[in-house]
Amino acid sequence: MAKRLKIANQARCIGCYSCMLACARTYYATISLKNSAIDIQTSGGIESAYVSIVCHACIDPPCARVCPQNALEKRKGGGVIVRKELCNGCGNCMEACLVGAIHLDAEKKAIICRHCGICIQFCPHEVLEMLEVDEAGEEIKREKKDFSKGSEK
Amino acid sequence: MSYSAPIPGLRNILYLDLTEQSSKVVDRRELYKICLGGVGLATTLMLEEYKEGTGALDPEMPVILSTGPLTGVYPTCTKVAAIFRSPLNGELGEAYAGGHLGMSMRYAGYETIVLKGASKYPVYVAIHDDEVTFKDASSIWGLSSAIDVGKILRSREKGAGRRSILRIGRAGEKGIRYASVNVDTYRHFGRLGLGAVFGAKKLKALVISGNKEIQSPEHKNYRKLYRDLYKTLVKTELMEKYHNLGTSENILSLNELRGLPTRNLQAGSFEGVETISGEHFAENYLIRRVSCAGCPIGCIHVAMLKKAFSKSHEYETFNVSYDFELIYALGSNLGISDPKAVLELIDACEKAGLDIISTGVILAWATEMQHKKRLSTAETLGLELAWGNVEPYLQAIELIVRAPNEFYAALGKGVGYASCKYGGEAFAIQLGGLEIPGYHTGLGNLIGLAMGARHSHLDNAGYSADQKAFRKGLSDEEIIDLLIKEEELRCMLNSLTICLFARGVYTPEIVSKALATLGIQKSPEQLIELGKKVSQKKYLLKKKFGYTLETLTLPNRFFETAATTGKLDQKRVQKALELYRQKRGLERSEKR
Repeated sequence: MAKRLKIANQARCIGCYSCMLACARTYYATISLKNSAIDIQTSGGIESAYVSIVCHACIDPPCARVCPQNALEKRKGGGVIVRKELCNGCGNCMEACLVGAIHLDAEKKAIICRHCGICIQFCPHEVLEMLEVDEAGEEIKREKKDFSKGSEK
Repeated sequence: MSYSAPIPGLRNILYLDLTEQSSKVVDRRELYKICLGGVGLATTLMLEEYKEGTGALDPEMPVILSTGPLTGVYPTCTKVAAIFRSPLNGELGEAYAGGHLGMSMRYAGYETIVLKGASKYPVYVAIHDDEVTFKDASSIWGLSSAIDVGKILRSREKGAGRRSILRIGRAGEKGIRYASVNVDTYRHFGRLGLGAVFGAKKLKALVISGNKEIQSPEHKNYRKLYRDLYKTLVKTELMEKYHNLGTSENILSLNELRGLPTRNLQAGSFEGVETISGEHFAENYLIRRVSCAGCPIGCIHVAMLKKAFSKSHEYETFNVSYDFELIYALGSNLGISDPKAVLELIDACEKAGLDIISTGVILAWATEMQHKKRLSTAETLGLELAWGNVEPYLQAIELIVRAPNEFYAALGKGVGYASCKYGGEAFAIQLGGLEIPGYHTGLGNLIGLAMGARHSHLDNAGYSADQKAFRKGLSDEEIIDLLIKEEELRCMLNSLTICLFARGVYTPEIVSKALATLGIQKSPEQLIELGKKVSQKKYLLKKKFGYTLETLTLPNRFFETAATTGKLDQKRVQKALELYRQKRGLERSEKR
């Protein structure tokens, strides 16, 4: 069954960046914020709320439509799979994504969320959730994080 | 991106010269190898840089900010150590701040920054990776709120969400000796007056953002250890206090232990404590919690203060962060039981850029002076300070910053200075020239504050030794041994700028393992030894700054008011001080 990431409880975000570090650590083998597919942003410093910017898993993704290299393959359940070897770094996809969820890495290859859920394992406040979805992207089931161990929070 | 440096990323020191408006990057990887970073490295560098006789506010006096190898790499390793000379007591200036600063410095590729010189006009420095710019800050000098300074710079500078903004308020500009540096709102280099040092350098702010990567040579091990540590920090009971009420949890417990300084430490417990407890704040005012970048705990507690400004239901709201020390300093120690009043006072200090502990103690001393008729309204310019009365305190904070007369100017120099000039030294609750934090637990606390390198409860947690003594009975010698051991251990943790809240997680064994994933081999024993060495270096630096054991005064108030472990006896304390001195091998100064 296809899965996708959902920003479920944005207001609970404490701005720890653990999700970003997890993403970069997993797919780029680096310790950084810049190679993460999910981006936590402040909207007016830490006095105001945090924003999570990540792929919304479009069923008919505009980023794929504008890719001249066919490097973005539609993914079951929404979003795309990036074929890095085909990406030429033109940046059309970035323009097409209104959410701003795409950026390029140091080698000018598109970084787009794969909806793998690694970030969720490092979110201390259940801001992020995984949904099981059908091929049309409709929600089937919500995966709850297991907080039964340890303290209630 | 790969690094050829032996320790990933640990290579550079960024020197900023405010007089020349120039910067340079110096490769000092050998220094990182020896000292790792943080307080150890900053102290070593200060010993290198400091020219004897340079005053705290002299242009040539350097300020050193330093992170460590684990910053931005492992969870809750988020702090930055600042080493300077304190304009408040003239000796070791040492403070720590979190927020985004540690991660920003690390990812910018500058684990350490040395600030030197002084500008002729107000400036701020913008550092974005390799680009360093000095910019005119005249138009934001004198702004009434340090929070607004952040807002303006956010709109002027790039690096949103990845940057850290340090700035001073009017208190720093005016040279109030206990002015703080605000870091990213809600975090501070609070104690010992770094804000005044920035002010003397005409340095209004510093913006830093970084977008570099670090690589672990042992990535698999790194990922595993990160996961383990994250789990320990988030899901076990070890950190429960910080996940829940935060440090303000201690208000009720210290009150019960009769160790919560109240009304200028005339008492150790406060009858109005319920409404300023961590529980009360959490249930009625807490609106959100925030983290330092790279820490999953979220210990920064932000309250909403809602104030009506007309009778037609019109309100202004302020988001104010609170903590144990702030509630003590502007609550119990001023006899204030109204939580809104506490938040309002915190907000005033935050905007002015004042260290809240020092401000609270100074206001408390002035109140007692006025009660005892040792100060008149001629000095206070008509203000009548009274326990529990917020309005005069708000006005007094403004007057301290403006310093319209000699009296308020004296208050701006600390309680030690003011009491020397106006009397009341016996109840000026300072040790080593630093206004005391919120503990009156007994011998451990008193000796800890008197002898700790920076006279802070965070040097050696004397209050914690007292609580142990209270529960299971410890001899004075055992208490002293605990203090010394704790101070040395903390010097190690602070060399790695691990948040002290996570001290239970980052044992020397874990730190050793964490460093190994970065290619740094240090055994737990070597780390403990490093802490010891750093502790000695700090004393060496203090001595160079003119510190002698003989300058210590012990205000009588500490002996009048019973502490958690009972009334303290002068002779016992003197004996303990002597024992501490011997155990640390500290020399008395030769009479000249």
